[in-house]
Amino acid sequence: MAKQLQGIAASPGLAIARAVVLDAEAYVPVRGSVEQPEREVARFRDAIRQAQAEIERIRAVAEEKLGAEKAAIFEGHLLILEDPDLIETVEERIREEAVNAEYALYEASQTFIEALSQLEDESLRERAADVRDVSGRVINALRGVQGGDLSQLAEECVIVAPDLTPSDTAQLNLDVVRGFVTEIGSRTSHSAIMARSLDIPAIVGAGAGVRDIASGSVVVLDAVEGVLLVDPSPEELALYQDKKAQYDRRKAELRQWAGRASVSADGHRVEIAANIGKLEDVQKALDNGAEAIGLFRTEFLYMGRSDLPTEEEQFQSYKYVLEKMAGKPVVIRTLDIGGDKELPYMDLPKESNPFLGQRALRLCLERPDVFRTQLRALLRASRYGNLKIMFPMIAVLEELQEAKKILAEEKRQLIASGVEVADSIEVGMMIEIPSAAVSADLFAKEADFFSIGTNDLIQYTMAADRMNETVSYLYQPYHPSILRLIRHVIDAARAEGKWVGVCGEMAGDLTAIPLLLGLGLHEFSMSAGSILPARELIGSLSFGDWQSLSKQALSLRGHREVQSFVQEQLQRRVSV
Amino acid sequence: MITQSFTVTNPAGFHVRPIKTFVQAASQFPCKVSVLSKGKKVNGKSSLGLLTLGIAAQDEVTLEIDGDQEQEAMKTLGELLVRIHE
Repeated sequence: MAKQLQGIAASPGLAIARAVVLDAEAYVPVRGSVEQPEREVARFRDAIRQAQAEIERIRAVAEEKLGAEKAAIFEGHLLILEDPDLIETVEERIREEAVNAEYALYEASQTFIEALSQLEDESLRERAADVRDVSGRVINALRGVQGGDLSQLAEECVIVAPDLTPSDTAQLNLDVVRGFVTEIGSRTSHSAIMARSLDIPAIVGAGAGVRDIASGSVVVLDAVEGVLLVDPSPEELALYQDKKAQYDRRKAELRQWAGRASVSADGHRVEIAANIGKLEDVQKALDNGAEAIGLFRTEFLYMGRSDLPTEEEQFQSYKYVLEKMAGKPVVIRTLDIGGDKELPYMDLPKESNPFLGQRALRLCLERPDVFRTQLRALLRASRYGNLKIMFPMIAVLEELQEAKKILAEEKRQLIASGVEVADSIEVGMMIEIPSAAVSADLFAKEADFFSIGTNDLIQYTMAADRMNETVSYLYQPYHPSILRLIRHVIDAARAEGKWVGVCGEMAGDLTAIPLLLGLGLHEFSMSAGSILPARELIGSLSFGDWQSLSKQALSLRGHREVQSFVQEQLQRRVSV
Repeated sequence: MITQSFTVTNPAGFHVRPIKTFVQAASQFPCKVSVLSKGKKVNGKSSLGLLTLGIAAQDEVTLEIDGDQEQEAMKTLGELLVRIHE
């Protein structure tokens, strides 16, 4: 049996190779005194220049290998070498105390490393690694010592180390390095982030057991489960070779779908979009091949703070997403808050039935100051991309009309005051209240598009609180009642030449997708991680077949019957 | 000496790249630039100092600027604090 270590799977994948253990010993300089402090200062400056040249070289390599974004970390390193608070402190100490440069630099860096290590923000805390990396480099230069050069590894290996510095990771030779494992670190450690962008398997935080691994021993790195096997038995080795082959094949299969259009096997085109709730999510959406943002929840702008976000703050956030999506559609939903989502500073009254209370657009129409600020920010951002505005929680036509009227007023005023606004901005609405679904034909005349929020639509149609476990059995997305409502919405929209999306969990659900496709849904909006499997599935389905199959499904008796019907059909079609 | 407060809007807080831009801009001005947040005060021309403030999105940050060209510095640096960086 192999020795087993458990760590954090920082970058998924499997690797099997011999271990290369990096030297764990950190050099701690001793305090010494110098006779000519000015000469010591000059020696320190020379070492800084040498370190600058080295970092500049690593930066160039990293830029070529990892792209400008990841190479920016080395600009941060160069900045550390110019930092007045660090460099002047060192030079002062050399001059005033006649200490050696190694020691003065070590001490000054330690102060910053300690201060950074105490920060709450994990990614700022990780910057301590940068300071350690840079000061270690200068100290090596002062000592005339060559640091380890990871670009020289010649054989396939898994790197084993206490931690990897940013310059270590940037220099990894990917032709031979199959993955790495570190003793310390977390999912947001620098090394973890680098591993994900290099797309190599990595386990971090595997603990002190890492120190017992000898260079040359065979290791199995399972960075899907976060398990490391040292010296596996032949059986274990065979098992993991199989697992690795399967994983790699599946990954390559899915990857192929990233840059493709979402088209059924018989050529019916749909759109697969991403739901996002934070600005950081946009990059993940793009990486997974999202064709649009189908739902941008704006609540994050309002939560976790003590006052309302200003128009300028909102404008900057909307502009950021629109520019990042570079002309691809971005559906931004206006504030969906109230009831259960609390904003202490808005002083919302406690309600006994928050899901049926004054939430979302109902609240916005009651608080036009809040609503108008958001609409102005959206309108101002509209010229930076393909913006579509969506109103949530509409039950009756008057609400949509009122919201559109306010939007038109703000648009007129902005234009009158000389602000540039996009000519045509689609204005749509969520369908999550059964009244809106049932009367979708009425709304379709006045909305440019619908997006069905299936989570709420199911909860309201079944009159079952999703948070209440005793009635959770009523959360039945495949129930014919739900599917019939969806069909009705799609048909009503099509009659008016409008498009329909689903932005609830159903959109990424591999059992619901064939039905939604067959019903004629135009846009599927889901979390980024679901996009590639969904696109692959759609590519294997016949739209023509599922048009008639979904009709059949709608006449079945219940949720379970529909579920087994779809799964049987999928099975049959795969085996044919 | 002049002071003014700003709310940081960059979603990722005030990290390596925005700090780099800020420090480079601050270093162009002859005046002394101090940045205050959560009861700490650091040199606005030191990236390490700024990092140790641990500024997150939506944090309030105060600039304290003293010396020649302090008005221009306040305008330039204040705009950097509320700008969103890639």
